[in-house]
Amino acid sequence: MRKGLLATIAFTAAFTATTAVSGLLSGAAQAADPIKVGAIVSATGPASFLGDPEKKVLELYADRINKAGGVDGRPVQLTVYDDGGAADKAASFTKRLIESDGVDVIVGGTTTAATMAAVPLVERAGVPFISLAGAVVIVEPVKKWVFKTPHTDRMAAEKVMEDMKKRGLTKLALLSEDSGFGKSGREQTVAVAKERGIELVADETYGAKDTDVTAQLTKIKSNASAQAVLVFGLGQGPAVVTKNYRQLGIALPLYQSHGVASKEYIRLAGGAAEGVRLPAAGLVVAAQLADSDPQKKVVTEFTKVYEDSFNTEVSTFAGHAYDGLMIALDAVKRAGGTDKAKLRDAIEQTKGYVGTGGTVTMSAKDHMGLTLDAFHMVEVKQGDWALVK
Amino acid sequence: MFAELLQYLLSGLTIGAIYALAGLGFSIIYNASHVINFAQGEFIMIGGMASATLTASGVPLPLAILIGCGGAMLVGVLVAKFAVERARNASTVTLIIITIGASIFLRGVAELVWGKDFKRLDAFSGETPIQVLGASMQPQSLWVVGTAGVLIVAIGLFFARTLTGKAILATSHNRLAAQLVGIDVKRVVLASFALSAALGAVGGAVVAPITFSYTEMGIMLGLKGFTAAVLGGLGHGPGAVAGGLIVGIAEALGAGYISSAYKDAVAFVIILAVLLFMPNGLFGKRGTERV
Repeated sequence: MRKGLLATIAFTAAFTATTAVSGLLSGAAQAADPIKVGAIVSATGPASFLGDPEKKVLELYADRINKAGGVDGRPVQLTVYDDGGAADKAASFTKRLIESDGVDVIVGGTTTAATMAAVPLVERAGVPFISLAGAVVIVEPVKKWVFKTPHTDRMAAEKVMEDMKKRGLTKLALLSEDSGFGKSGREQTVAVAKERGIELVADETYGAKDTDVTAQLTKIKSNASAQAVLVFGLGQGPAVVTKNYRQLGIALPLYQSHGVASKEYIRLAGGAAEGVRLPAAGLVVAAQLADSDPQKKVVTEFTKVYEDSFNTEVSTFAGHAYDGLMIALDAVKRAGGTDKAKLRDAIEQTKGYVGTGGTVTMSAKDHMGLTLDAFHMVEVKQGDWALVK
Repeated sequence: MFAELLQYLLSGLTIGAIYALAGLGFSIIYNASHVINFAQGEFIMIGGMASATLTASGVPLPLAILIGCGGAMLVGVLVAKFAVERARNASTVTLIIITIGASIFLRGVAELVWGKDFKRLDAFSGETPIQVLGASMQPQSLWVVGTAGVLIVAIGLFFARTLTGKAILATSHNRLAAQLVGIDVKRVVLASFALSAALGAVGGAVVAPITFSYTEMGIMLGLKGFTAAVLGGLGHGPGAVAGGLIVGIAEALGAGYISSAYKDAVAFVIILAVLLFMPNGLFGKRGTERV
């Protein structure tokens, strides 16, 4: 921890120093080659609530960094393509980024499907790639050129079960969404439950667009052995589940995944969301983090910049994109340029980078670099997130 | 055991009433113009979005529903006038494609107007669940079932008692004959579009507190409504209602007793079975006889 903190301070100092120096030299730096950053995000389509904030943040920060003089005097040249949520488009845009735009590093792949479509291309071409998608398959097994910033669904399952153990609960009923996110979440939950000695007593699913899930919940309710319920889903589905849950008067503790970690969920589910627990990044509870928390400064500042610029509530997904861009640029600095092999090695050597998702320390075996500490268990209290101590 | 079954039935009844409203809209337009209007789901969406956004900005709920209704009727008339009427002599398939195009267009416009977010509408009479013999339902479910009931009766009376209603019936029986006795069949088609749009919009407003409203809410509701209409016999009003309830209850029972993974498949199995074994549905006599 101490080492991590020191590294953080060193990194922050280095970052401030370089931006200040390059600010002074910006007149001379204009002639420098740009750092070419490519991005593929799902700014439109079904995953737009993830991809739209990501795109906005990449553009915002590329602009801010350039105004401050760039990185080592080199401006950031950002090329963003919108794959509309389609994996095949993601693949062809990746190809374009590599072949015609000649980018040095790629950030993106909003969804797991889009990311996995891009993976073989970046692997073959040897371009560092930082994904913004959730599933564990992106970094397990480790792929040479592929990294990712968000927490995995596996971590969410682990965090929930850790909390259950703390409360002395061992029998879990699972209700997962019939979508890529939900399916992967279900698989991970099943696997983690086995490892952690939690018994899965129900395994139900619901459709992403279902308007009523009381049938599934009734089944869970009449299952006498369940001690807690975990819902794995995105968008409005989990809010419908939450409302139905209260309607049926189920008294068991209700857990959700990090897929609902936005104010949107509380707004939709209303009073029914009270008491729901879920794992979330420090970003959603920025103000409640302890002052000693190394993340506090980063997330508070990011929240302020984001909300001032876009006039909407900050989103954890925007944070993933921010982390991706910052890790890439930090690596450019440490690699002393944009040689792709050196850049890849530098990303892999990222140590103690404090981002919106947590403290990132990568290694040859770990291309995500987050530990369970990066997740905070939060509970909905009076229409807002409250840290569970 | 019994409470469980009752819960499935109640859940099924609520979703079924929503499907029934959507199915009724299909039937009305099919009767008047022999068009299967796949933009029916979008009328529901317009009603839901309008009432959710207007109440959020302070408009009282009844007025918001009325405005949503008016807006949907206007859209319905425009679709009929500029898309369907112009292709009067086109084949059925072409007309269906036109309505699918209209639905995609309307969704796009709605996204520009209202954005991509989900909108929330408060339940009309609170969210304290009603307990019935060990099962429970949201008060809003009663609103849905009640509104569906009232609208169905009103539509029945409209066709039986009013001149316009009879004109629509006459047109559905024989377009040429209706024209010969002086019925303006073009206006009849417009009227039927306006009517089913209003029906959809009211339905959308009533279900919004349960489903949330968003620009794509009409797709699934429209599809299930179509299943309901086909099951009941296309063009048969009470049949569409019965069809909706059957689909809703079958879904709930399927999710409860078989597996929730196959819930949506239930509707499609039903529609396939009906098309294969009873192409005229449960109540339809050669499909188009009466409303």
